[in-house]
Amino acid sequence: MAAITLEAITKSFGALKVVDDMSLDISEGEFVVFVGPSGCGKSTTLRMLAGLEQPTTGRICIGGRDVTSLPPGRRDIAMVFQSYALYPHMTVKENMSFALRLQNLPKGDIERRVAEAARILHIEPLLDRKPKALSGGQRQRVAMGRAIVRAPSVFLFDEPLSNLDAQLRNHMRVEIALLQKRLRGTMVYVTHDQVEAMTLADRIVVFHKGRIQQVGSPELIFEHPANLFVAKFIGSPTMNILPCHYDGQFYLGGQALDLPVPDRLRPALEAARGRDLLLGIRPQALRVVRADEHGPGLRVTVDLCEYLGTETVVSGRLGAAPQVQVTAVLPARAGLGG
Amino acid sequence: MKQILDRLSPYFLAGPAVLVIGVACLYPTLMAVRLSFYKWSLGDPWSSAQWLGLSAFRQALTDPAVLHSLIVTVVFAAIVVSAEMVIGTALALLMERQVAGISLFRTIFIMPMMVAPIVVGMIWRYVFDTQFGPANALLTALGLPAQSWLANPSLAFLAVVVSDIWQWTPFVIIMVLAGLQNLDQSALEAAQIDGATPRQVILRVKLPMLMPVLVITALMRLIDAFRVLEVIFALTFGGPGSATEVLPLHIYKTAFVGQQLGYASAISVLLLVVVFALSLATLALSNPLKDPRQ
Ligand SMILES: Nc1ncnc2c1ncn2[C@@H]1O[C@H](COP(=O)(O)OP(=O)(O)OP(=O)(O)O)[C@@H](O)[C@H]1O
Ligand SMILES: [Mg+2]
Repeated sequence: MAAITLEAITKSFGALKVVDDMSLDISEGEFVVFVGPSGCGKSTTLRMLAGLEQPTTGRICIGGRDVTSLPPGRRDIAMVFQSYALYPHMTVKENMSFALRLQNLPKGDIERRVAEAARILHIEPLLDRKPKALSGGQRQRVAMGRAIVRAPSVFLFDEPLSNLDAQLRNHMRVEIALLQKRLRGTMVYVTHDQVEAMTLADRIVVFHKGRIQQVGSPELIFEHPANLFVAKFIGSPTMNILPCHYDGQFYLGGQALDLPVPDRLRPALEAARGRDLLLGIRPQALRVVRADEHGPGLRVTVDLCEYLGTETVVSGRLGAAPQVQVTAVLPARAGLGG
Repeated sequence: MKQILDRLSPYFLAGPAVLVIGVACLYPTLMAVRLSFYKWSLGDPWSSAQWLGLSAFRQALTDPAVLHSLIVTVVFAAIVVSAEMVIGTALALLMERQVAGISLFRTIFIMPMMVAPIVVGMIWRYVFDTQFGPANALLTALGLPAQSWLANPSLAFLAVVVSDIWQWTPFVIIMVLAGLQNLDQSALEAAQIDGATPRQVILRVKLPMLMPVLVITALMRLIDAFRVLEVIFALTFGGPGSATEVLPLHIYKTAFVGQQLGYASAISVLLLVVVFALSLATLALSNPLKDPRQ
């Protein structure tokens, strides 16, 4: 277990600045998830933590030790790659024990640790097979096993589940969560998958264009996004964004929007009176009412209904401003009056 | 119906190629095998060819000249293939790094392979020329006595070995470089994270992962080394005496100097058997085409 500190890290490939002035503190035993769109520098940051990539400027500390110029093998970290990166010429057992054998640990010790990890991951029957003879899910477990046996202070994961099918991914996600409880190691986990991010993370770090947009607990990121990017990136389907202004109530293009004004937003809105605003409404916060029913609401022309079994996603355009897209997630059986 | 078509389609697709290869390779080979049962000289009508049966093979197997050539060939092949594999792999590992000017280096290193073998022989004959050759110039400059390279059996053999290494190490470099490019980079990174030093990464991960490529390359070189002819033809013509007379050259001399085409064919068939056995042995040890799951 170790705390990690990134101090003003910048990384450029030639003229391309991929990570820009990034600072981040991760505490001991914390599970931190990096999310962000493709190409935003998540893997590059993780690889700098691992020592596979050298930061252009800045400092990295792990467990209070400056590791910026240490090679990967001396940082006391383990990494699980998206492609698993198993050694094809070694059996599962040899894959898992490679690091320990390099350290010249006693044979009995190695056997014990490999057996223990194999038991935790349910791969005991596979120990004498080569990676070629394993399924994707089994390879994934071996890759995890290779990390576990070393008992490192930091675990790094780069999209470890993205090559698995949906069912297996859910299963492994739960196992990783349980594993973290058991190992109590510091974990840094890169993913595209919001569900993985929300369920696994103690804290989420949202990346965009090589910069950190927001750091916080899943609840904080979801309920109080720091900026428009985070608001639109987290949550599925994407949050509805209505351009409007406030003058006692919401107006869109001179027309009053018939929407309630939440009390907790009132002070901020008063201060922003008359200015251009963006109003964000989660699709899950909308529901359908009949046009003649009494109460506030947005008039929407429906373009598409997607039935997903547990819910129905309705997308359409705002009656008052047809250029504005609106999406709503409704209970599956919520009829649209037809 | 569809199943039958699915099952047959590989034969349709591969058929024409197999046919062409069959005609182009198999026919001359079969003709050589047939010729080895007869006594016949170039220019005589085929009707005058005399049936000898297996006697040419019996003769070849006990012929001291053939045995000597075979030993020369085996020693030659063993030395050059080992040297080329070691030097070529080492150079490829060095050239893999992205250093400024490396691509120029790669081009220069690969040039020898593009030179026609006869020309390679001529080049090295000049290099080892007793009077004008750079080899002796170098010895003299170092204060060492000049040598009559190609007149001394051991030195002539050395010259033949050096010229082959010069010409064919680039082939090993190219194959290994291609193999290195195909390696799973993340496995090498995983080894670094597991704490392997650069040397350990090479010895315990990179080379084992390269093994299929190395085996195939060595096999191709071995087969080629057993068929070496042109360079030695131009460089020493098998001499002095028969110090560098490899089997293909011996076959050539038997056929076209000695005018014993049938006997030469019989030796060729024996050479074919040796090369074939070598290939099978190597593939049995490690066949990269075979599914490792089985
Ligand atoms: N070795 C490299 N040389 C040049 N550019 C690179 C290199 N590695 C990454 N990049 C660039 O850096 C940017 C960030 O890459 P990175 O792999 O960190 O993205 P990512 O956030 O992990 O994306 P993804 O979610 O698709 O994996 C990309 O634009 C990529 O093209
Ligand atoms: Mg990535």
